[in-house]
Amino acid sequence: MLPRGIFNFSGIGSANPFTEMERMRRQMDALSGMLVRGAPWRREQSAGVFPLLNLTEDKDSYYVRAELPGIGADELGIEIIDKTLTVSGERKIPEEGEKVRYHRREREAGRFSRAITLPGEVDSQKTRATMRDGLLMITVPKAEALKPRQITVN
Amino acid sequence: MAGTKDLKVKEKQEMKSPAEQTTPGLVFTPDVDIFESEDEITLLADMPGVTSDHVTIDLNEGVLTISGEVKPWEESDEKDVIVEFEIGKYYRQFTLSEIIDQEKIEAKLENGVLRLTLPKAEKAKPRKITVNAG
Repeated sequence: MLPRGIFNFSGIGSANPFTEMERMRRQMDALSGMLVRGAPWRREQSAGVFPLLNLTEDKDSYYVRAELPGIGADELGIEIIDKTLTVSGERKIPEEGEKVRYHRREREAGRFSRAITLPGEVDSQKTRATMRDGLLMITVPKAEALKPRQITVN
Repeated sequence: MAGTKDLKVKEKQEMKSPAEQTTPGLVFTPDVDIFESEDEITLLADMPGVTSDHVTIDLNEGVLTISGEVKPWEESDEKDVIVEFEIGKYYRQFTLSEIIDQEKIEAKLENGVLRLTLPKAEKAKPRKITVNAG
C-alpha cells in the first residue's frame, strides 16, 4: 500500500507535483547547460506558435527576433497595436518541376500569424523592422516614461 | 494545397552527437529538401543567420558536408525577457550515391536558405538500355 500522501510535496513548498517537477527539470537543464556550454540553458516554455520569438530589452528598447528563412521582407506583415505586436505572413516553397524525385522534404510552407504582448509601454510609432539572411529583428522603443532618467539633486 | 495550411512550430533539432567539436556552442541540423532530376541533385537547406562567407560545403568520397556559422546577434547590454529559440551552428552530412561533377557544383544563399546544385557526372546519368531481340 502506498501512503496517501505520496504525491504531497507540500514539504518542498509547492502544492502541485507537476510544477515541482517542472522546476526541477529547469534546474537540471540549467545545470547541464552550464557544464556543457558554460552558460545557463535559457529556453523557456514556448508559446508553440510559429514563428518562435525571442524578446530582449535594454534601457531604450525592446527587441523581438525570429528566424524566418526563405521569407522576403515583402512577404511579411508586422503590426503593432498598443503593446501587442503581430508578425504574420506566408512562407511559399515553389514547386521544382514535375520531373524531380524527392529524397527528403523537411521544409514546410504555410501561413503564420504570431502575436506577442510587450511587457511595458512602448512608443509604437517608432517601431522599426529589418530582415536579413532570414532573420527578422523588430526594435520597439520604450515609452519615454519607462526610460531611466537622471535626476539632478540641487 | 500545401501552400495555404498554417505553419506549425518545429523545434530546431540539436545535433545528436556533436562529436569532434572544436569550438563551444550549440549545433543544429538544418531542415533540408533534397530532390533529383535527370541531370542534377538539388539540396535546399534552411540556415537562417548564415551569410555566404560563413557557409562551408565539402564533398569528399561521396560524403557531402554542409556547415554554417551564425554570429551572435544580440548586443551585450540586452537582457533576455523571453527565449523561445537558441542560435548556433548548422551542420549536416549526407551520403550521395551518385557521382557528382565536382567542378560544376553551385551554391547560392538567399534569405537564409542555401541552394546547392550538384550536377551528376556524365557516367551517372541514366542511359536507355536497348534490348535487342535475339
